[in-house]
Amino acid sequence: MADFSILETIKLEHVPESYSVHVAVFRDVENATYLHQQLLARNADFEYALIDAGVITSRLQVLSAAFKAITVQLAGTMKTPNMHSELVYSLSPTNNISESYRRYGITPTSRNLVIVKIIVTPPVPLAAIAAPEAAETTSAAGTKPPLTAQNVEKHLLTHVQGKPVPFTDQTLSDLTDWGRVRKYYKLNGVGWLDGIKDQAAKNSEMDMLVMGGMALRGV
Amino acid sequence: MATDSATHQFPLPAILEYPSSTPPELITQGAEGRLYKSTYLLPSIPCALKYRPPKPWRHPVLDARLTRHRILSEARNLAKCRREGVPVPNVYAVDESAGWLMMEWIAGDPVRVAINEWLQRRRDDERAQGRTGDAVVEGKGEADADLVALLRRIGAAVGRMHKVGIVHGDLTTSNMMLKPWERGKEPANGHNVESDGLLEGEIVIIDFGLASQSTSEEDRAVDLYVLERAFASTHPRAEKLFTAILEDAYREAFKQAPVVLKKLEDVRMRGRKRSMLG
Ligand SMILES: Nc1ncnc2c1ncn2[C@@H]1O[C@H](COP(=O)(O)OP(=O)(O)OP(=O)(O)O)[C@@H](O)[C@H]1O
Repeated sequence: MADFSILETIKLEHVPESYSVHVAVFRDVENATYLHQQLLARNADFEYALIDAGVITSRLQVLSAAFKAITVQLAGTMKTPNMHSELVYSLSPTNNISESYRRYGITPTSRNLVIVKIIVTPPVPLAAIAAPEAAETTSAAGTKPPLTAQNVEKHLLTHVQGKPVPFTDQTLSDLTDWGRVRKYYKLNGVGWLDGIKDQAAKNSEMDMLVMGGMALRGV
Repeated sequence: MATDSATHQFPLPAILEYPSSTPPELITQGAEGRLYKSTYLLPSIPCALKYRPPKPWRHPVLDARLTRHRILSEARNLAKCRREGVPVPNVYAVDESAGWLMMEWIAGDPVRVAINEWLQRRRDDERAQGRTGDAVVEGKGEADADLVALLRRIGAAVGRMHKVGIVHGDLTTSNMMLKPWERGKEPANGHNVESDGLLEGEIVIIDFGLASQSTSEEDRAVDLYVLERAFASTHPRAEKLFTAILEDAYREAFKQAPVVLKKLEDVRMRGRKRSMLG
């Protein structure tokens, strides 16, 4: 067993008590194709935000996307089928949904994954969920084991063939593909960044711009 | 607690009703909006939330449209500044329909407060030496070096903002924060280790509620003029010095600056005529 919890549970500020965010990171994943297929098949057991770790710069970026997905769901203005797809979409600074899945979500060639599960207890009544497609993905509830962090962790360990690592800024930055981050978040034209000599300071400035880009999506 | 009663005087925006590790604190209550200090994502990350509540005296459709427009415009201008390297709070989250904007909390005091403390300390020193303590600050010698350096940083920050095509609309020393230096950001030679440190820190421009995108020399000159008048009324003893240093640092910030400063003379002239008539 690892000496850290594979699934870290986080309570975000300013979201309802009933929402909890659970995050795991897996390196050297062997079965990305299989996992990707489960998403395409809309297998409700795999309702996760499966994120390609290459586009992730920090814990805060992931948590920002989770926060946005939750607030958008609460406001009833989701643009995608569920909170988890909304989370992936929230990573994007542009309005193109399918592009956001391709760029930030798992692809068959992904090697490292950040996986997020948002659990709502008690579950939100279906009527409160705005996007109609969401209904079918939760309709099978009741026949399944209850959605708890423990069961989620068990499910991930069973189905993700990879090496769990802790959800820390350190492990995330080891997996960051700055070339993609710079491209997707349009940081290549930002000349003053290159003037920052201290690498940590530069990364944290880029992280801020990434989060700013996400916050400003489409506005 | 004072903040508690202040907080409960008005209904909070829905987002702040959800639980947080510390209760949101109402910082200012203006005619148009309120500013809260709260937390973003984690208890360790402070944020500023600007909320523009519905105005019951305005037509609801018009009110909603205006609020959306203002929140979005402030968010866009902040984001543009940030990307282009102008020191402003980063935008964390926006809900224009709910009328709020969440951004990075900037630690430190407004520049106005820091300068006033510095001037007060200077006055005390002068009095201790048997002088009246209301001498004009001339910017000469070691004693004034910190103020001169600060004014240069203000001129440079405003110049950079104008350079990227944003005018602020309400430039005052209250709308600039003096943020404690972060590791690696303090200027190598621009700061004085011997000093009392009152004026140390990075200039961060805040409150983009009236900002707009413009590259017009007239708009830029008006920005400078508003700052100059605000400075003169809050810190009269340093007015002359301010004008000289600000212009100097501003001039170095971008190519069109000299034209803007020329325009500033016209704007000042109009201002004087107006005050003579009024
Ligand atoms: N990001 C921030 N970090 C720290 N303090 C802030 C921040 N933004 C604002 N403040 C504090 O709150 C005060 C009010 O903020 P601000 O000037 O933006 O609001 P306002 O005047 O109510 O807005 P507006 O002029 O757009 O109606 C500031 O003078 C400052 O002291």
